[in-house]
Amino acid sequence: MTSTGPVDTDVAIIGAGPAGLAAAIALRRAGVARVTVLEREAVAGGIPRHCHHAGYGIRDLHRFMTGPRYAQSYVARATAAGAQVLTSTMVTGWTADGGVHLTSPAGRRDLHASAVLLATGARERPRTARMVPGDRGAGVFTTGQLQQAAYLFGQSVGTRALVVGAEHVSYSAVMTLRHAGVDVIGMLTDRPHHHSYAAFALATRIALRVPLRTGTRVVEVQGRPRVTGVVVEDIATGHRRTIACDTVVFTGDWIPDHELARARGLTMDPGTRGPAVDAGAATDIDGLFATGNLCHPVETADVAALSGRAAGHSIARWLADRHRAGRQSGVPIEIDESFEWVHPQRASTLVDLPRNKIILRPRVFASAASIRVMQEDRCLWSGRVRHLVPTRPALIPTGWLARVDPAGKPVRIESALRTHD
Amino acid sequence: MTFADPPAHDAEPYDVAVIGAGVVGCAVARELSIRGARAVLIEARNDVGDATSKANTAILHTGFDAKPGTLESRLVARGYTLLSEYAVRAGIPVEVPGALLIAWDQEQLDELPVLAARAEANGYHRTRPIGADELYAREPHLGPGALGALEVPDEGIICPWTTSLAFATEAVRHGAVLRLDSPVTAVTVGDNVTVVETATGPVATRIVINAAGLGSDLVHAMFGLDGFTITPRRGELIVFDKLARPLVSHVLLPVPTKMGKGVLVAPTVYGNVMLGPTSENLDDRTATGSSEDGLAFLQHHGRRIMPDLLAEEATTIYAGLRAASEHDDYQIGVYPQLRYACAGGIRSTGLTSSLAIAEYLAEAITDVLGLPLKPMAHPEADPHPPHMPNIGEATVRPYADAARIAANPEYGEIVCFCERTTLGEIRDAMRSDVPPRTVEGLRRRTRATMGRCQGFFCGATIRQLLDAPDPSTAAAPTTRHNEGAK
Repeated sequence: MTSTGPVDTDVAIIGAGPAGLAAAIALRRAGVARVTVLEREAVAGGIPRHCHHAGYGIRDLHRFMTGPRYAQSYVARATAAGAQVLTSTMVTGWTADGGVHLTSPAGRRDLHASAVLLATGARERPRTARMVPGDRGAGVFTTGQLQQAAYLFGQSVGTRALVVGAEHVSYSAVMTLRHAGVDVIGMLTDRPHHHSYAAFALATRIALRVPLRTGTRVVEVQGRPRVTGVVVEDIATGHRRTIACDTVVFTGDWIPDHELARARGLTMDPGTRGPAVDAGAATDIDGLFATGNLCHPVETADVAALSGRAAGHSIARWLADRHRAGRQSGVPIEIDESFEWVHPQRASTLVDLPRNKIILRPRVFASAASIRVMQEDRCLWSGRVRHLVPTRPALIPTGWLARVDPAGKPVRIESALRTHD
Repeated sequence: MTFADPPAHDAEPYDVAVIGAGVVGCAVARELSIRGARAVLIEARNDVGDATSKANTAILHTGFDAKPGTLESRLVARGYTLLSEYAVRAGIPVEVPGALLIAWDQEQLDELPVLAARAEANGYHRTRPIGADELYAREPHLGPGALGALEVPDEGIICPWTTSLAFATEAVRHGAVLRLDSPVTAVTVGDNVTVVETATGPVATRIVINAAGLGSDLVHAMFGLDGFTITPRRGELIVFDKLARPLVSHVLLPVPTKMGKGVLVAPTVYGNVMLGPTSENLDDRTATGSSEDGLAFLQHHGRRIMPDLLAEEATTIYAGLRAASEHDDYQIGVYPQLRYACAGGIRSTGLTSSLAIAEYLAEAITDVLGLPLKPMAHPEADPHPPHMPNIGEATVRPYADAARIAANPEYGEIVCFCERTTLGEIRDAMRSDVPPRTVEGLRRRTRATMGRCQGFFCGATIRQLLDAPDPSTAAAPTTRHNEGAK
């Protein structure tokens, strides 16, 4: 149980990004009386608030919106649905009896809930966590900091920028830099290709004339008090050169904001580095659920929202009948070396998953993969997945979950890749 | 600024000019100004404690392993006592987890009794050898292969930033003038007055004290003296995420051998774990960048000492330059004809010994340079007891202090999520006696942006708070004594 004593609310949702807000809406629509969303930022809506370009809301709302409009839409709908959204309210830890400690300008207090949903999202790995040596001059950003500086505060960013990374968010960073009047002199990735949508990559290269260097890594940042350049290495040849720039943006390389999950002692998945969950978003503590990019770092905002919505359904069912469905269930789902992680990590039979899919995260580029889902020598499903790209999802259906022997050995997802020629 | 403007050149000379606002210079300026001297603290950089003092291993040393009989040995032991007491009084984050010197091979194991004997010679009597079983019981995440350890139960960890800042704050409150951005370019020693030329103009003073750290030999040479040369010794460090903190219970020290000094693993007062330092002599006195080789070296050693630590995220990597001279001891000297004293070649132990160095120099100034100083006030009699904002984890921080938030909701408004720094603390820092001028300065006063996201969430907000005028200052003037100078 999350809380053993009297509760202040039925469900406490930690994080008012797309996942947390979508969960709140789903819970209210399922008739859950008291839903409290706790948001540490001063404004609810999560990371889309900072992304002023269009492309949000496609899969969940079937619309095409900018990030801020999308975020506002979720906040408005959650509030209209009757969820209580508390901003500038940070969960700083857990009480001994499963409640949470809150800090807000209104005061310091504890909150107890029948169920808790962690929807704390993910952040980009900053330069230091990537162990990039050199000087500590100003001008080093993550996309998150860059977008807030440029869009929320209109702060000056720099004049000549290099973007490290070539995933979706990296192209978002390029657009933000352009908006801020910064000359983007190039993008680089240590992988052999970009891993965003082909249209993004093409438009950036042709229309914005931003070259992409593949197979290249940053080995040093130079300059203080301001960045003056970056030393890059061609991974294949070891050849190094210095690129003059005053701004460097480290993009992507997402890591879940998992502090609360770990502080609670949840079993963590080594692949996602988020809490291990079953197909109903349940963690291994009864009544404690986790969803969104905390559990699949990262999917696009609309998929995070769908993930939250699914978790909302699962929690509503648990509240209605705690004896039937509550604790994490199902045998573990294991993956082979082609994949970095799988979501979910437990093959439960009650399934509430975004798009009703299992998400696999490829380690390498491949034009296709033949996949078999095995439990011991029994094949539960086999099929093909096309166009495998690191940092992007490879999806397989969930129908086979019903055929898993809950008393059997772990399920194993095996693959045979066909790589690019 | 919140401190007085520097006086014009033709104003009455200062009693003492202290060159260098590192931890030693700040301690000296504090001691002298409390004891009645008119002091000016001249600093090349834009903040106190901004060079060597900000980037060390933050250990409060007992001095057990100093070279017996040296001035360093004496001052570290005395400084440990003084700073331990002062830290509690001033609210400087300090913890005493104790240290374990870990032997990984027979040579190191054989060295432990030698180190225990050296501790005795230094007047430290509480070391104790412990076997591998007890070692692993106390540090279960230690990598395999340790043979035993020497326990030094009184080794502590301290906040180096708050230490320099507390000394500077107290100095300023006692009338010392802090003159930042003022690298010293020349010195002219007159009959009664010495003129120190700086980038922001000349400073006239009777006495000069050199606490210039990495530049101490250069200042020494300006007085026509030689005797020591500073070779910057770079020490690179990796600071791991707070989620790593439960892995470590003590300061885990290497056993120095002929093969090298090794690296330590230590908790920090902010709740992180530190791995380092490297030790590399350089020519460049400004080379504070980290290096590929240095990080690889630390990762290699870290994996041996504590494999689980390397599985955690690194929050910060940084490098500090220790002001090492060619001598085995501090280079502290007094030169009556020049009305000059020097505290040079102060290595990483200077954080611990800072108050003892100040006490020692004050005595020399009175006895040798003839500047009468009042006796140091008894702590309880101090009219301006410093009380620094708490940025350590050992005591309650504002975000968790219900009464404080109730009194001022700004302490409930968390701006930096990773470090749980509140708007109230940032506003306090901006209004303080020695306010920050940069994000880095604000970070050292409040911890804002020093956490795992490195500004992903709050970086832009912090910059805005630093750049934008504080709306509450005009609306609600506080009663702090120097607010009007803002």
